[in-house]
Amino acid sequence: MELLLAIIVGLLYASGIYMMLRRSLVKLIIGLILLGNGANILIFLLGRIVKGKPPIIEDSAKVLTDIYADPVPQALILTAIVISFGLQAFAIILVKRAYKVVGTDDLDQMNATDEDL
Amino acid sequence: MLIAVLSGFILALSLPLTGKIFKGKLSVLLSALPIILFAYFISFMPEVGEGRELRYFYEWVPSAGINLSFHLDGLSLLFTLLITGIGSLVFLYTSAYLKGHEYLDRFYGYLSMFMGSMLGLVLSDNIICMFIFWELTSISSFFLIGFNNENEESRKSSLLALSITGFGGLFLLAGMITLGYAGGSFSFTELLASSALIKSHELYGLILFCLFMAAFTKSAQFPFHFWLPGAMAAPTPVSTYLHSATMVKAGIYLLARFTPVLGNHPWWNNTLIIIGCITMLYAAIHALFRIDMKGILAYSTISALGMLVFLIGLGTDDALLAASVFIIVHALYKATLFLVTGIVDHETNTRNITRLSGLNKVMLPVGITSIVAACVSAGIPPTFGFLGKDLIYEATLHMGDWSPWLTGAAVMTNILLVLAGFLAGVKPFVGQLPAEFKGNVHMPYTLLWLPPMILAALGLIFGLFPVLLEHSLLYPVVTSLINSTPDFHLQLWHGLNLILLLSTITIGSGIALYYILKPSEELLARATRFEGWSPKSIVLLLAGGFSKFSGVWTSLFQNGYLRYYLTTILGFLSVLVAYKLFQGVNIYIDIDSLSNITIYEAVTMFIMAVAIGFAVFSKSRLAAVASMGVVGYAICLIFLFYSAPDLAMTQFSIDTLTVILFVLVLYNLPKYLNLSDTRDKIRDGILALSFGALISIIALEVLNEPVNRETSEFYAEKAYTEAHGKNIVNVILVDFRGADTMVEITVLTIAALGVFSLLKLRLKNIEKE
Repeated sequence: MELLLAIIVGLLYASGIYMMLRRSLVKLIIGLILLGNGANILIFLLGRIVKGKPPIIEDSAKVLTDIYADPVPQALILTAIVISFGLQAFAIILVKRAYKVVGTDDLDQMNATDEDL
Repeated sequence: MLIAVLSGFILALSLPLTGKIFKGKLSVLLSALPIILFAYFISFMPEVGEGRELRYFYEWVPSAGINLSFHLDGLSLLFTLLITGIGSLVFLYTSAYLKGHEYLDRFYGYLSMFMGSMLGLVLSDNIICMFIFWELTSISSFFLIGFNNENEESRKSSLLALSITGFGGLFLLAGMITLGYAGGSFSFTELLASSALIKSHELYGLILFCLFMAAFTKSAQFPFHFWLPGAMAAPTPVSTYLHSATMVKAGIYLLARFTPVLGNHPWWNNTLIIIGCITMLYAAIHALFRIDMKGILAYSTISALGMLVFLIGLGTDDALLAASVFIIVHALYKATLFLVTGIVDHETNTRNITRLSGLNKVMLPVGITSIVAACVSAGIPPTFGFLGKDLIYEATLHMGDWSPWLTGAAVMTNILLVLAGFLAGVKPFVGQLPAEFKGNVHMPYTLLWLPPMILAALGLIFGLFPVLLEHSLLYPVVTSLINSTPDFHLQLWHGLNLILLLSTITIGSGIALYYILKPSEELLARATRFEGWSPKSIVLLLAGGFSKFSGVWTSLFQNGYLRYYLTTILGFLSVLVAYKLFQGVNIYIDIDSLSNITIYEAVTMFIMAVAIGFAVFSKSRLAAVASMGVVGYAICLIFLFYSAPDLAMTQFSIDTLTVILFVLVLYNLPKYLNLSDTRDKIRDGILALSFGALISIIALEVLNEPVNRETSEFYAEKAYTEAHGKNIVNVILVDFRGADTMVEITVLTIAALGVFSLLKLRLKNIEKE
C-alpha cells in the first residue's frame, strides 16, 4: 500500500507542477491545490500508516499503550489543510478580482507592474 | 589612546549637529583637534625613542579574537606624527582655502573621520581592526574626492578610487584571515613571533598575493595607479592630505609593517622590486607630459610611492632606513608643493604651468616656500632630500650583482623627479609675470601660505640637523622594521665618493632637462594617444563589460515569468537530487514490510489517479474543479482507512467548501484558454513527471529508515494525564500547541478579511478602463 501511496504522491506533485507551469491563472490555483494535497499525503505517509488504530485513548484507559497511528503528523496535516484553504480562498477571489481589473487571465501579460505596459 | 583614535570619529559625528557654529570664522577652531593629537603623540617620543613599545588593550569582540588593541612603536609613531602634523596644517589651510564654502562643516567632518581612520590603521595591533580602519580610509576618501558633487568628473573619480581601493580592501580581508589562520592569531605581535612558521606555511603565497593586491591598489602601484591622478579632482587640501602624505602611504605602511613578518623571502623581495621599479619609472616619465601642476604632482607621487615599494623590496637595513627617511622627505616636500599649488590655483584660477610664470613678483613668500620644496624634492644639499637620496643610492649600491641595474633605475627616476619637482615648484614662480595676472593676483591669506612654509622650513632644518630625528624617531622606526638594533649615523657630508657623484649627476641632469624640455599642449596630446592602451582604459572596459554581462544575466534569470522561475528552480533541484540519489543511495524497496493492499483501497487509488488526470487535462473548468473535488474526497477516504478520523472530517469539509467557492465565482472567472503549444506542454510534462518521480523515490527511501516516535509517545502519555483529553490530535492542537492554533486562526481571519474586502471593494474609474 505504501508503494501505491508513494506513487500517488508523485502523481499529485507532477500534476500540481504541470498545472503551475501553465499560463492560465485558474490552472495555477488548481495546481497549487493539487500540490498541497500531495504534500499532505507525503507527510501522512512518512509518519507511517497504521490501519484502524486512531490515536484516541480508550474510555477506560489513561494512556495509549497499544500500537497507534502517530498523532503528530496528523496534527500537522490538519493545520496545513486549514491554512491552505485560507490561501486558496484568497487566491480564488484575487484571481477573480484581477481578471475584472486587468481583463486577462494570461500570466505573461500580467508581469509588468507599470500601468502603461 | 582609544579616545585619541576615536576623537576624529566623534568630531565627525558631532558636526552634523554643531556644524552651523563652525561654518563661518570659527572653522579654524576645529584645527585644535589635530594639533592636540599631534602634541599628544609627540609626548610619546622620548619613551619610544628609548626603544619601548606602548600597548593599549580594549576588548571588543573577544569571541572572534577581534579586539581594539593598539601599539605604538617607531613605525606607528612616525605615521601618527605625519597624520596629525600634516593634518593640523591641512586643517588650518582649509579654513582659509574653503572660506565661506556652503558645506565647510561637512568637509571637516569627512576630514576628521579620515584622520581617525588613518590613526586607527597605523596604531592597530589586531589585523582585523587594521582592515576595518583601512576600509574606513577608503570610504572617507570617497567622500572627500567627491566633495564637489555637482561636478560629474569629481563623482566619476571618487567612484573609480573607491572601486579600486575597495577592491584591494577585499583582498586585504582575505589576506588577513588567511594570515590569522596560518599564524594562529589575529594579533600582530603574536604573528611577529611566528614569522618563520608563516614563511614556510603552504598558504604563504596566497597571503602575499592578497597583501600585495591591497597595498598596490591603495598606494597606486602599477597597474592600479590610475585612480590617483583622477582623485586630484578633489579640493587641494584633500590632495595634500590623502593623496600625497597619508592615505596612499597606507599601502607602504602595510608593507613596512609586515616586513619583519613576511619579508626576507625571494617572492616578497622580487615582486616588490619589480613592481616598484615599473611604477617609479612609468609614473616619472608620465609626469613629464603633464601641464597641470596637480597632474605633475600626482604622477611624481606615484613615482615616489614606487620608489618606496622598491626600497621595501630591497629589504636590506640600508634600504629600510632609506625608505623611512624618504617617507618623511616625501611627505614634507610633496605636501608643500600641493599646498602651494592650491594657493596658485586659488589666486590665479589656473594650474596650467605653460601659462604660469613670474609669480614671485606678487607672492614672494609662497615662491620661496615652493622653491625650497622643489630643492628638497631634487635633493639639493643641504636639504633633507639630499640625505634621503644619498641613503637610496647607498642601499642600491650594496645589492650585489644587480646593483648597477637597480642604481640605474633609481638614478633615472630621481632625475625625472627632480625635473617634475622643478616644473611644479619653480617654473610658476620665476621669469616674467604675464600681463593677465598683473593687478588681480594678490598675496594669499596668512593661513594659506604659513602651513606650506612650515613644512618647507622643516625640510631644510632636518637636512641641516639630521640629529634632530636620528635618535628620537628614525632609530625606533628602523628597529620596528628590521627587528634588531640599527646602527647608522645620518650626516650631510660623506666625503667624495660614488654616492656623491651619483647625486651630482642626478641634480645636474635634472636641472639640465628642466631647461631643455619645455612642457606644452602638444606633448600632452602626444602622450594621450596612448590612452587606449593604459590600464585605466582596460579596467574601464572590463567594468563596462561586467555591467553588460550582469544585465544579460539578470534578464535571463529574472525574466518576470513565473513559470520560467519555477522551471529553473525545479529543474536544478531535480538534477541535483537525482545525481545524489544515483550516486550514493542504493534504492531498494522492502516489499515485506509494506502493508497489504485491499480491494477498496486499490479502487480508491484508481479513482484518484483518474480524477487527477481529469483535473489536468480537462478542457472545461467545471470538470477540472469537480475532479479536484473527487481527488479531495479520495484523500479523505485514505485518511479514514488509516486511522485519521479528524483529518478525514477536516479534509471533507474544506474540500467541499473549496469546490463550492470555486463554482460560485466560476462564471466570473476567465474561460480556459489554451495558451501553450505542444512543445511547451511536453517539456513541462517531462519536468513535472521527473520531479514527481523523484518525490516518490525519496518517500520510499525515507520509509526504509527507522522512525523516531519519542514525540508521539510523549503526547500519548501526557494527553490525558496532563491535558485531560482523550483525542490526542485535538489535544495537541488546542492544548499543547494552542498558541500555534491561535496564530492560525488569526491568519484565517486575515484571509477572510482580504476576501471580504476584495469582494466589496468598488472599482475606481481609472481601474475600470
